[in-house]
Amino acid sequence: MYTIAYKEALTDVTKLMVVRAPHVARSARAGQFVIVRIDEFGERIPLTIADYDRAAGTITIIFQELGKTTKQLGKLIPGDTLSSFAGPLGHPTEIDNYGVVVCIGGGVGIAPIYPITRALKEAGNRVISIIGARTKDLLFWEEKMMTVSDRFIVCTDDGSHGRAGLVTEPLKELLEDKDNSIAKVWAIGPAGMMKFVTLTTKPYAVPTIVSLNTIMIDGTGMCGGCRVLLEEGARFVCVDGPEFDGHKVDWDSLLSRLSFYRDEEREATEYYEHKCRMDGAKTMTRK
Amino acid sequence: MAELKPAERMKIKRHPMPNQNEQVRRGNFTEVALGYAPETAQEEAERCLQCKDPKCVGGCPVGVLIPQFIKAIREGDMVQAVEWMKVKNNLPAICGRVCPQESQCEGSCILGEKGEPVAIGRLERYVGDYELAHRTCPLVKAPKTGTRIAVVGSGPAGLTCAVDLGREGHDVTIFESLHSPGGVLIYGIPEFRLPKSVVHHEVTYAVECLGIQIKTDHIIGRTYTLDELLVDFDVVFLGTGAGLPSFLRIPGINLNGVMSANEFLTRVNLMKAYQFPDYDTPVKVGRKVAVIGGGNVAMDAVRCSLRLQELAARKNGDERGEVHIVYRRSKDEVPARQEEFAHAGEEGVIFDFLTNPVEILGDEHRQVRALRCVRMELGEPDDSGRRRPVERRGSDFDMEIDTVIMALGTNPNPIVFVDADGLDRTTYGTAVADLETGRTKKRRVWAGGDVVTGAATVISAMGAGKRAAADMHAFLKGESAWD
Ligand SMILES: Cc1cc2nc3c(=O)[nH]c(=O)nc-3n(C[C@H](O)[C@H](O)[C@H](O)COP(=O)(O)OP(=O)(O)OC[C@H]3O[C@@H](n4cnc5c(N)ncnc54)[C@H](O)[C@@H]3O)c2cc1C
Ligand SMILES: Cc1cc2nc3c(=O)[nH]c(=O)nc-3n(C[C@H](O)[C@H](O)[C@H](O)COP(=O)(O)OP(=O)(O)OC[C@H]3O[C@@H](n4cnc5c(N)ncnc54)[C@H](O)[C@@H]3O)c2cc1C
Ligand code: SF4
Ligand code: SF4
Ligand code: FES
Repeated sequence: MYTIAYKEALTDVTKLMVVRAPHVARSARAGQFVIVRIDEFGERIPLTIADYDRAAGTITIIFQELGKTTKQLGKLIPGDTLSSFAGPLGHPTEIDNYGVVVCIGGGVGIAPIYPITRALKEAGNRVISIIGARTKDLLFWEEKMMTVSDRFIVCTDDGSHGRAGLVTEPLKELLEDKDNSIAKVWAIGPAGMMKFVTLTTKPYAVPTIVSLNTIMIDGTGMCGGCRVLLEEGARFVCVDGPEFDGHKVDWDSLLSRLSFYRDEEREATEYYEHKCRMDGAKTMTRK
Repeated sequence: MAELKPAERMKIKRHPMPNQNEQVRRGNFTEVALGYAPETAQEEAERCLQCKDPKCVGGCPVGVLIPQFIKAIREGDMVQAVEWMKVKNNLPAICGRVCPQESQCEGSCILGEKGEPVAIGRLERYVGDYELAHRTCPLVKAPKTGTRIAVVGSGPAGLTCAVDLGREGHDVTIFESLHSPGGVLIYGIPEFRLPKSVVHHEVTYAVECLGIQIKTDHIIGRTYTLDELLVDFDVVFLGTGAGLPSFLRIPGINLNGVMSANEFLTRVNLMKAYQFPDYDTPVKVGRKVAVIGGGNVAMDAVRCSLRLQELAARKNGDERGEVHIVYRRSKDEVPARQEEFAHAGEEGVIFDFLTNPVEILGDEHRQVRALRCVRMELGEPDDSGRRRPVERRGSDFDMEIDTVIMALGTNPNPIVFVDADGLDRTTYGTAVADLETGRTKKRRVWAGGDVVTGAATVISAMGAGKRAAADMHAFLKGESAWD
């Protein structure tokens, strides 16, 4: 059992949690992830290691409440426990001094892009960062990102904050700008966003690293459910990734596989919310 | 009963296993084989000739004392039967259920030459179930030695090794990457063939009697590397199995509706998807399922598919779809346990033998719509001694299918080899280890089970765990040097 030590709401639907898991904290590095299972009935879901504290033996996770598991997780409070917390999994991010780099975080992807941005900055890169979300209320960590960036751009789809539009628009301007010769781009966010980022950088042949979020079960290479098609063939995201050269990814196949269980996910969420309402009603009558 | 003459014993017919009726069991995940009643077990035990030179023992990979335990059943002395069993096999309730007896102990029984062999497996299960219910042969821990041992992987190899070393008084810690111990016994083999309560019982019992620690959620190679374990522990046993699934190299494997048998079985067994939405993990099985392969894994996947279809059909009040086994060889080469193959047929599985998939076809939503196959015929024998299937030219045809499950064999999971300097591997990815002692090329590291042999059997993995435990103990006592 792993105890939740701290919890904070970054937005209405984005929660940060610090979990006691010394076995993971001892060897965790940026870019890796954990597999979390809430209780005996729970699904195993992958979440990126947003931060770690080796001395305290804790791991920070940040998640967006999307469906059954993340909604249930969002209801837990400090002192509550999780049944499984396995990791660290996947390969850490490779950090080096490349020159000028762009780090893009979309939605909850802002959380995992932050430690990468910080590490790239510390390694001596000139870091331009772009963060974006559908609307202002879904943005977080603006200041934190700003402090580790040489240049910082924020966008929202609906124009409620920063620039109106998608993250690919400022990215394209940067790529066009002859004064910046961009060495490498990192993009983490919804698969659709990552796809368009790689389409944007492709004509400029700027290497673009993405962190793929396929559906996983074990996270250790045992099921093959997380496989992705690259130019050179199928790879398992959990053991070979999660970071890949975005120009080689077959995005349409990835996007379609992500939606395979959509009906069941809806059913699970509805079933859960119905149960919560029933439990709520029960507590009310008891009162 | 008065002592029978051999001729009289040979007249007794082999006793069938009472099974759940196929109409009923198609719609549930509870165990198919119900087990012998005490009278049946005793009568079946009467069939054994108590051979002076028992051929059956030679057929068992661990040399279970078969005539002895059968004689004890015959005499109604179950405590003694358990004692004889446990000399060689700690987990009879499991082996009795899953060993391929027809090619092992029963395949060598003298009675099989003219008629039907003694039902050794069914009797073994009977003994195992007795022991589970009565615990007449408690595990006893020798005085503590203070030696620290790490066992990586909690499948049959790791569990057996841990138990044997625990009994010698060593301090054993098992590291397991999943959230539940048992290896394939938990995530692969379905409930209707091996109830998970049997596995949990055995694990809990070992933990309680011998103080073995199990650390789940620990992936060796990531959480700790092997070299890090060697700092904290005196010796290490690797029983990490062969869990890495392979996919056919044909077009269409990334379509929606294509999965490995490992993914499918893990969802169903480990995550209990057949109880969705009470359990959160879903599994999708369409109306026309093709399972590719002919081994135990394929039979398990196809029979789980059939049950899921039946459950859905009963819920929605419509007809069940179809499930197929697509296998490139013929009926006679099917490597699965005979009993499972027979059960699959009884339950309504359709077999397409001498059929080889060449492409998976998708629709505009990237969902599987058909499996393109060619017909095969049997040619000359290959390395395995089985006749090699060769393609019949121009025989391609499309099967209308919406789900494809690949059960094509597995390779060792490579993560444990990360930062394990000097632990040699073969080109197949298996660990190089002495088959008698389990010693690897890396000092203080032993290995056994599927990680060494590639996908094999439960009993061979247990045998390897046992032999390694004996050698590790000898090494620790200083009776056997490393070089
Ligand atoms: C390596 C990796 C790291 C990730 N890191 C984060 C993170 O730091 N923060 C965060 O909010 N999300 C992260 N995700 C995505 C997160 O795992 C999913 O949002 C979560 O599983 C949704 O579960 P649910 O039951 O709440 O929603 P559901 O309703 O079940 O699913 C919502 C969507 O999430 C995806 N999903 C569903 N099940 C899984 C699964 N078992 N594994 C992966 N994706 C699934 C599907 O695309 C689905 O449409 C990561 C995914 C991967 C692969
Ligand atoms: C579906 C299926 C049906 C089968 N049916 C039969 C049958 O009827 N009869 C029969 O005799 N055999 C059968 N087999 C084969 C048999 O189950 C295996 O040969 C046997 O389980 C091998 O045992 P093992 O201990 O070597 O490995 P496994 O049972 O595979 O256990 C290995 C364990 O190690 C863990 N692990 C792996 N890597 C790491 C790591 N890096 N760190 C920590 N832990 C790790 C795994 O999670 C797993 O729990 C079947 C196999 C399958 C898949
Ligand atoms: S362990 Fe398996 S092979 Fe050996 S006697 Fe028992 S059932 Fe037969
Ligand atoms: S070979 Fe058959 S008859 Fe002979 S001892 Fe073994 S089980 Fe009994
Ligand atoms: S999650 Fe199972 S192989 Fe990657």
